[in-house]
Amino acid sequence: MDDLLREFLTETGEAITALDADLVTLEGNSDPTLLQGIFRLFHTIKGTCGFLGLPRLEALAHAAESILARLRDRELAVTPPVIGAVLESIDRIKAILAALDAKGAEPEGDDGAFIARLAALDTVATAELAVPQSPRDAPVAEQRAPTSDELKSETVRVTVGLLDNLMAMAGELVLTRNQLMQLQRSAEGAAFALPLQRLSQVTTELQEAVMKTRMQPIRGAWAKLPRIVHDLARDLHKTIEIEMLGGGTELDRQVLELIRDPLTHMVRNAADHGIEPPEERARLGKPRAGRITVSAQQRSGHIVIEIGDDGRGLAIGKIKAHALMRGIVSESELAALSPEQIYRLIMRPGFSTAETVTAISGRGVGLDVVRANIEKLGGTIEIANAEGRGTHFTIVLPLTLAIVSALILECRGERFALAQLAVLELVKAGVGTDHPIEFLNRVPVMRLREHLLPLVPLSGLMRLDDGAVPPSALVVVTEVAGRSFGIVVDRVHDVEEIVVKPVAPLLRGLAIFAGATILGDGSVIMILDPAGIAAASALGAASVSAPATPPAAPVRDHRMSLLLFRAGAGLKAVPLGVVARLEELDLAAIESVGGRPAVQYRGRIMPLATVTPQDVLEGEGRRPVLVFAHGDAVMGLVVDAIEDIVDEGVAIERTAGAQPGLLGSAIVAGKATDIIDAGYYLKRARDDWFATAPQRRRVLLIENSVFARNLLTPLLTAAGYDVTTVESAEAALALSEAGTDFDAIVSDGALASTLRDGPWRDTPLVAPDAIQKLDRAALLDGLDRAFGQAAA
Amino acid sequence: MSERALVSVVCGGQLFGIEVGHVRDVLVPPRMTRVPLAGADVAGLLNLRGRIVVALDLRTRLGLPPAAPDAPRMSVVVEHQGELYSLLVDSVVEVLRLDGDTIEPNPETLDPAWRGLSVGIYRLDRALLVELDVTCLLDARVEAA
Repeated sequence: MDDLLREFLTETGEAITALDADLVTLEGNSDPTLLQGIFRLFHTIKGTCGFLGLPRLEALAHAAESILARLRDRELAVTPPVIGAVLESIDRIKAILAALDAKGAEPEGDDGAFIARLAALDTVATAELAVPQSPRDAPVAEQRAPTSDELKSETVRVTVGLLDNLMAMAGELVLTRNQLMQLQRSAEGAAFALPLQRLSQVTTELQEAVMKTRMQPIRGAWAKLPRIVHDLARDLHKTIEIEMLGGGTELDRQVLELIRDPLTHMVRNAADHGIEPPEERARLGKPRAGRITVSAQQRSGHIVIEIGDDGRGLAIGKIKAHALMRGIVSESELAALSPEQIYRLIMRPGFSTAETVTAISGRGVGLDVVRANIEKLGGTIEIANAEGRGTHFTIVLPLTLAIVSALILECRGERFALAQLAVLELVKAGVGTDHPIEFLNRVPVMRLREHLLPLVPLSGLMRLDDGAVPPSALVVVTEVAGRSFGIVVDRVHDVEEIVVKPVAPLLRGLAIFAGATILGDGSVIMILDPAGIAAASALGAASVSAPATPPAAPVRDHRMSLLLFRAGAGLKAVPLGVVARLEELDLAAIESVGGRPAVQYRGRIMPLATVTPQDVLEGEGRRPVLVFAHGDAVMGLVVDAIEDIVDEGVAIERTAGAQPGLLGSAIVAGKATDIIDAGYYLKRARDDWFATAPQRRRVLLIENSVFARNLLTPLLTAAGYDVTTVESAEAALALSEAGTDFDAIVSDGALASTLRDGPWRDTPLVAPDAIQKLDRAALLDGLDRAFGQAAA
Repeated sequence: MSERALVSVVCGGQLFGIEVGHVRDVLVPPRMTRVPLAGADVAGLLNLRGRIVVALDLRTRLGLPPAAPDAPRMSVVVEHQGELYSLLVDSVVEVLRLDGDTIEPNPETLDPAWRGLSVGIYRLDRALLVELDVTCLLDARVEAA
């Protein structure tokens, strides 16, 4: 059933229960507050019914409401027939509500006669009008009028304060439990081990249950969007479709409340400013109907909400002019800003891009309020824009689940917590292990499978010492905004359930901490924030949203790792964090696909680009390739030679009229160096390529565990595969007999062996072990390898 | 006469007063957790009956020389905008009841770093007492963060 309807039923049911007790005393007692209460009930029902599309209920409530209004205004005396009519209205409403609850639709029936009778009460002197006592003649009256207890039996409304209180207490209980567990560990042959275990289990369950009470699907925050968009489209004479994905994604109640308005505002903005009128769209060769997409999903401990439209996009020229006019930036400041930074200007206070302030948006409160709200929640907002093709906002919010399971790390004697969700894997690294730590000009990196993993020594970041990497250490592999890196620590203790407490306002400037907590032994420890660590160590500077840099040239002046290379004339550099892999390529292997250079790479086609004109690709021999990857898109930048990796404070200066693809230039290691904009090449590759050559491999996932299916399906889909999921080999056989074909089968051995003789005997079977261990990386690698072979 | 009640503390040999209304607790500071990268005056975090409290070293805050590592300290817990803070001092003396009308303005030559944090000076028989403006002290600190 519709959430709105469910909510309406619950609320109305409660209101009726509240009235019921007093109704019996109504006869002979015309208590004005009681009448007022009934009036309000009818009024609310009438209003809500119109919205929900319940005409019968609406008509009834409307007729009853007018009686009450006349009673209130003393145009009608409180007499038994009038009271009887009021009671009958309530009974009829109850009956309809019960039917709604059971069937989800209004029951058949006609209240015309009854409503006419009510209207007659209006005009006739009331006393002598004989109204049948209770509803005997009405069709609905045949049904048993349910008590409102039944209507609300499934839900109980509690105050938010109580929930918050429960949450806090569950948190304290977890801490106390942890303390007890620690005591028990040191006690000899403790007799209370068993009850303690039980306590521990119950505590965990209680905590989870309490947490769930606070979780609500995000649908609740956007249920009204289609209606808003519909009305807006009508008022603006536009055709707009709205698509909402991932409505079931659950959010903490508090977060939900706080993003409701920003979301609505952004969708209004998109409809008002973003989407063009249909004629203009037709002229531009776009579909007449504009499209707004809102989606939500949970990704590594965060909620990611995306709002995109296919409208006109942000006009950078207009933003500049407007920002200047409004005095938000000066001309010299503007010259130093990157396009991304210019887009961000629209979220500055006092900015409004609409040329004419309309009634719909542009009321002076705007995106600056949206941004402030999101940042208040500890989230970030980013803008991607393609002029003429639309704007895309990405909001990342923390789950702010008060209790998380965390890994306790130790570094130079200090302990820190890191949410377990953020940890991809733990790797023992250093001398004598499979993963020696290597240095590229003092910058530590590690090879992990086929990736070059940048390492961040926690000791250096925290200034606990000089940050020298010990000969052997533990690397905690984590991921921020799709980019993985390793945090080097000395030791890893166990996993503890921790209650996240917000950082005191005084420490809020320290972005590398997400909060603090109290451990089982009573000590306080800080919780690390991977995003903050990435930002602080300038990893993936292009993708991690750092706090807006003050608009003054030089644009950036902090330490970052740069990969120096030669391509054409002069030195070039790119932030190391944006380089997914370094490869070497035989120029002979380059193929031309659709007139553009490309190469087969890990089972896919990877577009290639060069910094200088492309004739360098026509030589012979081997060349280094910088592989940039973001989401689905991957592309290779062919260069002449890799020079060095440097880690230093870099001031990037923007050169006016710089060639596209260049962020600017900087003095690196004493030499003038062009800084390459990886985003430009990736985007170009994606726009030119992935739009025209969608190639999704079909993968069949056979897995009988619901858990594993739920875990792996989104993973494979996100990795760009077209996934079909079945739960048994029989179901798979049925598909096979139906002639369905797949590029690969993902399954564990037992299920798949039955398929070996069928029509799919030549289809590669992938990663049985990876499924059992739920090892996501191994699974994807397995698929990559399978397709590598198939393509070769 | 408007009576004022101040908790008098000693820090770096100087007597300071903190208005009783701000003070939630006076205790021997429990074990503290260092906070890397925090300001020099952040002595660490401590667990105050399940609440996490930032401890500020009043010596560092006032530009006084740091205390010897093994010197005993006391913690005066104050509340500011709903948050608790622990101010580390050398010792806590007593609660003084003073006539609010006898407060004197800060001498013009007072260190500018102190001037903003001092409400005024009381002339006691044995020493001068500087009344700390807890709100200013923490406001300035929170804003700087």
